[in-house]
Amino acid sequence: MNVRVGPCSIRLAPRALIVGVCLILVAFAVTVAALSTGELAVPAADIVRALFGEGTPVAELIVSKLRAPRVVTGLMVGAAFGLSGAIFQSLTRNPLGSPDFIGFTAGASTGGILVVIAGGSAMAIAGGALAGCVLTAALVYGLAFRGGVQGYRLVLVGIGANALLLAVNSYLLTRANINDAATAGAWLTGSLGGRGWEHAIPVGLALAVLVPVCAALSRPMRMLEMGDDAAKAMGIRVEPVRAVAIAAGVLLSGVATAAAGPVIFVALAAPQLARRLTRSPGVTMGASALMGAVLLTGADLAAQRLLAPTQLPVGVLTAAIGGTYLALLLRKDRH
Amino acid sequence: MRPAENTTARRAAPDPGTDADPGTDAGTDPGAATDGSVARPKWARPPVLVAGLVVVVAALALMVLASIALGARSVPFSTVIDAFLAPDGSNDHTVIRELRVPRTLLGLGVGATLGLAGALMQSLTRNPLADPGLLGVNEGAALGVTLALGLFGLTDPAVYVWFAFGGAALAAVMVYGLAASGRSGSGPVRLTLAGVALGMVATALSSAILRMDQQTFDRMRFWLTGSLAGQTSDVLVRLAPFMVAGLVLGLSLARPLNALALGDDAGRALGVSIGRTRALTGVAVTLLCGAATAAAGPLWFVGLIVPHAVRALVGPDQRWVLPYSALAAPVLLLGADVVGRLIARPGEVQVGIVWAVIGAPIFILLARRRRVAAL
Repeated sequence: MNVRVGPCSIRLAPRALIVGVCLILVAFAVTVAALSTGELAVPAADIVRALFGEGTPVAELIVSKLRAPRVVTGLMVGAAFGLSGAIFQSLTRNPLGSPDFIGFTAGASTGGILVVIAGGSAMAIAGGALAGCVLTAALVYGLAFRGGVQGYRLVLVGIGANALLLAVNSYLLTRANINDAATAGAWLTGSLGGRGWEHAIPVGLALAVLVPVCAALSRPMRMLEMGDDAAKAMGIRVEPVRAVAIAAGVLLSGVATAAAGPVIFVALAAPQLARRLTRSPGVTMGASALMGAVLLTGADLAAQRLLAPTQLPVGVLTAAIGGTYLALLLRKDRH
Repeated sequence: MRPAENTTARRAAPDPGTDADPGTDAGTDPGAATDGSVARPKWARPPVLVAGLVVVVAALALMVLASIALGARSVPFSTVIDAFLAPDGSNDHTVIRELRVPRTLLGLGVGATLGLAGALMQSLTRNPLADPGLLGVNEGAALGVTLALGLFGLTDPAVYVWFAFGGAALAAVMVYGLAASGRSGSGPVRLTLAGVALGMVATALSSAILRMDQQTFDRMRFWLTGSLAGQTSDVLVRLAPFMVAGLVLGLSLARPLNALALGDDAGRALGVSIGRTRALTGVAVTLLCGAATAAAGPLWFVGLIVPHAVRALVGPDQRWVLPYSALAAPVLLLGADVVGRLIARPGEVQVGIVWAVIGAPIFILLARRRRVAAL
């Protein structure tokens, strides 16, 4: 469907649009549920008042200081993971080629743990994670480069780097003193607990810059999916597009890991679910981001409430979701 | 011994006699799938191979001695010998008899089982990147053990090893199914990715279970990274029958696996039952990986690198590859364990970590090679 406004025309897929709107509605419902339920229930009507500083002091504290940052961080981290997964799955042309498996999140963890052991602040931990992620990506890209980077080689080199970094991480954990090990261990499972606005803001800034980049990448990346030669014939400059895409994907997963720890499987499942819902033939950036946000906040909500008062780390829930998803993939593609 | 011309493209048999050119079609190139099956080196004749086997056994014996003698407190070899011939109850002798010997024997068993399991998996899947740890089988077994220990409180190794078997079998079936689904078949990358993904799910669930119970977490945290330390000789005694059964079954499959390497049709023509061979190999792999993981936690790369090195030396004949792998892997595993004990005295680095640090770069090198990468 082409929409023409003056000299500009945008192509819109009705199905993608409907899916997008539905996902936004679900995300909104999850947000409201996350803000209003919990040990102290705040009626939906009071949420708005509390957010604008007109509710009771208790409701205000709980909603705008405790629950809101957590939900917002979750939404943005989920979106970042979703986008990053979409980029890498498209680049590697493999549904399993997401940053969780090719060492980027493990590299971010290594950076984070090193800073935890050195006794850095929450901000420094985030910086360390981002640096670890970028360094790992540079290393993997460099090792996989042989006159251009091909998806499968990137994936295999990434898996090797992942194994190495996981070993380094466990080594660091066993060497660290027990308190540092506990802090790092909790962060390593991936958790949104205790997130404040200081965690949300960097992710927000990164998204503000990188979402337009992803939107611009969407078309050339679909061309790339058809193969390098076909994309070249269409006038795509293959290696620059790929380099920018990798940079964007790495930054997104690095920022997201820095904020929430290595939450696995959101980056894996979100783009695939989005693709199936929209029935799109290629990468779907917008729907992947929305799906990632819904998945992560939904999993976080479940992790908080399922075994209340025991709080599970959200990483455990996403791993369970990921396992179910893999099993479904197995069943579905069999026929 | 060329494959019949009418084999399907998917099951096209690799020709063990030539250094096949990399194919370019996705996921089905037989040359890539049998990367290790290079032409047999000229000198690899039976007498030489038997002599080589003797050399490997000698190296293993030396490594066993080193593993008993070296550690946080190293003892001279003469003391080691005395500890067996004339134990006097001294501190050194007790350490050797109660700690070092069980640990070394455990390493021996785990190394042999994982080396053989890796060789069997690479042969069965025709995938040069197959490895019990990489494909999630060991992690599946570890999840089984964690369930048994953490949730059901079962502490007898001979009981919880069955959970390890269950987990390993489930993981193996799932990974194979996951990789074989879809149009491109189970190419090396697909299989590896499916395995890594599944392994991560299993690991996440294991650590979630462990986190619920602080006591179990403290006890199992080192085991979950892969460690030979802290297991009593009782564990070894209880697990040894399963390891031996797996080793015997695995080694007995060399002939049918050789026939299968020619492709399903050629294998059938040679009188091998395809389904039976696959099922028995699966049982052997499950026994080997389950027992090894129950003993030492999920170890990566042991089963990947050893069969590769072995194939480069002795050629593609499984009758040699399997025993060589089973004997060479414990040499390296014990070596890594000794290194882990020596580099961080008086503490130690778990053997799983040492192996990953050695193994991952080798894996990356393998992945960079054109013939593996050209899928």
